Amino acid sequence: MDIKEFKDFSLEDYQKLIKNREISVKELAQLFLQRIENVDPYLHAFLFVNRESILDEAQSLDEQLEKANPEEIPPLFGIPIAIKDNICTQNIPTTCASKILEGFIPPYDATVVSRLKAQGALILGKTNMDEFAMGSSTENSAFGPTRNPFDLNRVPGGSSGGSSACVSALEAPVSLGSDTGGSIRQPAAFCGVVGLRPTYGRVSRFGLVSFASSLDQIGPITRTVKDCVTIFEVISGKDEKDSTCAPYPAFQAQEIPSREEVKKLKVGLPREYFSEGVDSEIIESIQNTIDFLEKEGIKLVEVSLPHTVYALEAYYIVAPSEASSNLARYDGVLYGFRAQEAAELQEMYFKTRTQGFGKEVKRRIILGTYSLSSGYYDEFYLKGMKVRTLVRQDFEKAFEVCDLLLTPVSPCLPFLFGERTQDPYQMYLADVFTIPSAMAGIPALSINCGYARSLPVGLQIIGRPFQEGLLFGLGLLIEEGLALGAPFPEIPLRKENTYE
Amino acid sequence: MSEQTEAFVTIGLEIHCQLLTKSKLFCQCATDYIGKEPNTLICPVCTGLPGSLPVLNAEALKLTIKTALALNCDILPQAVFYRKNYFYPDLPKGYQISQYDLPVGKDGFMEFSFQGKRKRVNIKRVHLEEDAGKLIHEGPDLPSSTSGVDFNRCGIPLVEIVTEPDLSSPEEAREFLNLLRRLVRYIGVSDGNMEEGSLRCDANVSVSLTGQSLGTKVEVKNMNSFRSVYKALKFEVERQREMLLNHQTIEQETRHWDEAKQVTVSARGKEEAEDYRYFPDPDLLPITIDSQLVEEIKNTLSELPLERKERLMVEYELTEGEAEVLTQEKEIADFFEECVKLMPKPQLICNWIVTEVRKNLNMMNQSIDKSKITPQKFVELLKLVEKKEITANIGKEILEEMFKSGLTAKEIIAKKGISMISSEKELEKIVFEVIEKNPQSVADYLSGKEKALHYLIGQVMRATRGQADPEMVKNILVKKLSGED
Repeated sequence: MDIKEFKDFSLEDYQKLIKNREISVKELAQLFLQRIENVDPYLHAFLFVNRESILDEAQSLDEQLEKANPEEIPPLFGIPIAIKDNICTQNIPTTCASKILEGFIPPYDATVVSRLKAQGALILGKTNMDEFAMGSSTENSAFGPTRNPFDLNRVPGGSSGGSSACVSALEAPVSLGSDTGGSIRQPAAFCGVVGLRPTYGRVSRFGLVSFASSLDQIGPITRTVKDCVTIFEVISGKDEKDSTCAPYPAFQAQEIPSREEVKKLKVGLPREYFSEGVDSEIIESIQNTIDFLEKEGIKLVEVSLPHTVYALEAYYIVAPSEASSNLARYDGVLYGFRAQEAAELQEMYFKTRTQGFGKEVKRRIILGTYSLSSGYYDEFYLKGMKVRTLVRQDFEKAFEVCDLLLTPVSPCLPFLFGERTQDPYQMYLADVFTIPSAMAGIPALSINCGYARSLPVGLQIIGRPFQEGLLFGLGLLIEEGLALGAPFPEIPLRKENTYE
Repeated sequence: MSEQTEAFVTIGLEIHCQLLTKSKLFCQCATDYIGKEPNTLICPVCTGLPGSLPVLNAEALKLTIKTALALNCDILPQAVFYRKNYFYPDLPKGYQISQYDLPVGKDGFMEFSFQGKRKRVNIKRVHLEEDAGKLIHEGPDLPSSTSGVDFNRCGIPLVEIVTEPDLSSPEEAREFLNLLRRLVRYIGVSDGNMEEGSLRCDANVSVSLTGQSLGTKVEVKNMNSFRSVYKALKFEVERQREMLLNHQTIEQETRHWDEAKQVTVSARGKEEAEDYRYFPDPDLLPITIDSQLVEEIKNTLSELPLERKERLMVEYELTEGEAEVLTQEKEIADFFEECVKLMPKPQLICNWIVTEVRKNLNMMNQSIDKSKITPQKFVELLKLVEKKEITANIGKEILEEMFKSGLTAKEIIAKKGISMISSEKELEKIVFEVIEKNPQSVADYLSGKEKALHYLIGQVMRATRGQADPEMVKNILVKKLSGED
């Protein structure tokens, strides 16, 4: 069997294969393991592949299947899933792509992981990322970057670069990522896949290694909108282990409006997201989609989100502040990396953290520590929080005149390795269109809307809190209307592409 | 000599009490860590493993509200938790979850009488926070020159009570601390055991010679018993006073009480103040404290020790000392009032509790509610004494036996064959024998020597092995000797 045969498979299609005994769970897992073996040496999307135990678990699922009533098989039964390496998996290393957590094996599963497992899903492996989810290119991984399956010289986006690249290259049917300022949507756009940042509080953060607690959300990265719905149904819903998780039931596909209802929606185009700084070919691609929607009878209105420009700056105050505190626990005392040759306690702290963290993480810890320091708190952290409120109010105003917003995901196409690493501000700009909705805590979906210079272009749909159903409704309409199909980049399997 | 030698002392206290919850502040781990093997009561949440998140124990918040109400504080409408960031090996998250500018309660006070005067100490704030772990520098499993960390104490809920600098002597501070401990025990929020670390106290001490302005504030830490608080304060006041008399400048600093040397020593130089970088914990949303909950807690709040003491004095005509002893522990006061309901003789009951009951409790090292004695059994015994069916001495013996066996007075009397020689006839017979055997004493008494009568009473008591009522014996003796019979 060739993996290409599965290119257009949805999770439901895999389910049918398994239910009808056309393929065993073990065979399916083996297929993906084989694919990983073939392409991951070029992509480096995985930090850990769960080779041995996934086959044992698959075997035991096959045995269960012998006795089970096919009608009662849960929707993710036997489906291998790749998990971003900042989401805790019991007995499987979880490192956040950081040297400081090298060798850390959590004794517990994140709530999302246990929910997936309860449905019969299998953990395929842990995916590469920017260290502690800080970055927009996966170049900040302590274990080497991931490459974009569409062009191995280019970045896959970040920080869920591994989770996006592996789904794009069909190393995994679906994956989980995390989005703090855009870390699901931007890499999904760069890799031509679907990514959802759910409403803040809609998915439990228990077991997600915190970067910025008030912004972090786990979400699915999939090949189609439909698969995104399937995963979201399983992982969403309140969780007693997370106080910030909303007392809201899990998402149900029935919440998605019908095609006719979707066509009655009003879609807003925020002026600030179509400005000069955006790659003209990206604008062109999005314009195609807008034309299509108009043809379908959807009303489009121009709206304004005046605080957009300040959102980025406020984000780089708030997120590092929380990060500086969240990352204080990596001190070499209890687990993880500890620097050797320290004579006393202070020295052990300094050396451990100096050697254990990468440059970008240290940069943000210093930024955050400064923002929270007495005397600067009001000027930075508090002001950042005030801007955050203004950003949220921008969206509330916009949603008085429209139901959804449609924007580019990123102002640029996937860039070359090293292109932006020397200038952090240029790197931070890659998230300029994903940060405002993250600051507002509202849901946003990234889908592929075409290609420019043979690279994928992402489109973002933003909605009101807890209205993921509307995002999916419009997403499904666009996906079907544009008929682009799931990505399947031809990866040139040549050694010289190896990135050094 | 015009040198001013009187010192004006101001002392403020910061007291931490471990709350009496079954589980920790942010997880389900048990709180009874005393005597447990290190690191046996821990989980990913209290040790701050990556990905773990805190979930507030609602009971701990209620107990904090209760404490704040008992200290007459205003309850704020929202509980907001902050992170206090600092590095230490016993602090696994690198921050402590505490409260900052929005505590559960603020602007309260506690009143008490000290040296005959009514004293009011203002309470700045009452807030809730988690405890840290504990460093162990020696132990059977530790290689030499290494240290270990026991995280069992991590996440234990503490209520912190901060007073204004309203105390003006180490004695007063000691008294306040005693009463505060009594209060938290009384309302059932903490066991207040300082030696076991469930009550800890830091102090701010400043001394001024002029009394015009406050002196420089020095923080004293590391006092782990009531005695050491008192001694540390004494030492610190004297140290500062002498420095001032020698025209030396007192530095604002933190000092530790060295129990072995009985001195305070400088713990940290003045060079840098610690910056804790407080900010609201984004893992815990602000919690609304609705007024209905506060009202409910207020209703469960029993009468406080001071109020009760004053009521007992008025209602039962007890002395201040007696009421004080009865209200030392809520259980004793409850026991007293239960008994009075069954037998309206408050003075008698009080006398017995203050002396005999407490003596037995001390001997057995028990609290009254855990003892085998009940108000019913106790009152039954007192009634026997009251009706002179047994003597007070016998009563005391029976009481001791009751504490041990839990039997009723009547059961003990039957079992031991103790009986009061109550029939006058029987007593008369013994009195007659004593008179026969002691002609000299009889003659002495008849010639006016009162002492001789006491000797004769003693002889009768001896012959009855204490089972007679001395009053009755006296009456019979007097009657017989005066020939009235």
